[in-house]
Amino acid sequence: MNELWIATLGASAICYLLKILGYSLPESTLNNPRIQRVNTFIPIVLLSALVAVQTLTIDSEVVVDHRLIGVLVAAIALKMRVSFPIMMISAALSSALVYNFV
Amino acid sequence: MGQNSCVSFERRTVLRDSLSVAIPVGSYGAAFGAAAVAGGFSVLQACALSLLLFSGASQFAVVGVMAGGGTPLSAIATGALLGIRNGLYGMRMAPILKLSGIRRFLGAQITIDESTGVALSQESRGEDAMRYGFFATGIGVFIFWNLFTFIGALGANSIGDPSSWGLDAAVPAAFLGLVWPRLVNNKTRIAALLSVLLALSLTPFLGAGLPIIATVLIALVIGWKS
Repeated sequence: MNELWIATLGASAICYLLKILGYSLPESTLNNPRIQRVNTFIPIVLLSALVAVQTLTIDSEVVVDHRLIGVLVAAIALKMRVSFPIMMISAALSSALVYNFV
Repeated sequence: MGQNSCVSFERRTVLRDSLSVAIPVGSYGAAFGAAAVAGGFSVLQACALSLLLFSGASQFAVVGVMAGGGTPLSAIATGALLGIRNGLYGMRMAPILKLSGIRRFLGAQITIDESTGVALSQESRGEDAMRYGFFATGIGVFIFWNLFTFIGALGANSIGDPSSWGLDAAVPAAFLGLVWPRLVNNKTRIAALLSVLLALSLTPFLGAGLPIIATVLIALVIGWKS
């Protein structure tokens, strides 16, 4: 079994366990407001880190290239409240233009 | 008859709310399918992630970490950290849905941002409407998300260099789209900015995937103190 299958099936199994765990624990278990607050910040930090790493790194190096243009265009599109598909297409298109023609 | 038409009318309203979430979110699955294939996953693996994992942010994270050269362990850990909130949604939904047996196992799989969000938004219409909204949205997203994952993965599979189609920028753009609605005040924006800086500054020193997981420290510190 290759590494991609391990990641695919392992993450699926753990994420399902987390889902079913929610139905098996009483609601009061994690009612602590601190835990709730930490939990609202977890997606924010992980997703932001993923934006940064996917935009500005190759292997273990920080690099600036065509992807940054695409992500900046995505940020403008999000600021303008366009729909998700339009945002994605404008990001891909602008990055592709820089990659192919600059 | 009066009561029946009343119930079916309300169902139609809730169903409209559910589909207005399920269709656009589901079509986003095409971006996931394309990102997965561009990141080296097969069409089958992309579809397996959408069927079995079925939680957008975690799926994108698994693909992102593996595509960046990370180990399966760091991909699984990042995906799991992003999946914790589904467990919290389950805790919130369990007393409303009151599921048992096989329905509980199936209901758990569709316990995600969208199904929980629509269910909670129906609170004023009563628990029946909440349950209906939960299942209509969860099942709707499941169908469209999986369908579009397959289409996106096939599409990306048939093109050559992902960069020349902008797919390498579409993946971080997808993450940006997922985090954007969560940046509601200065504290969340500072957390995001610190996380970007920490992840980039750790990149030369830690193996792929680890700089991303390390940013959980920021969530711990800011969430704990605020």
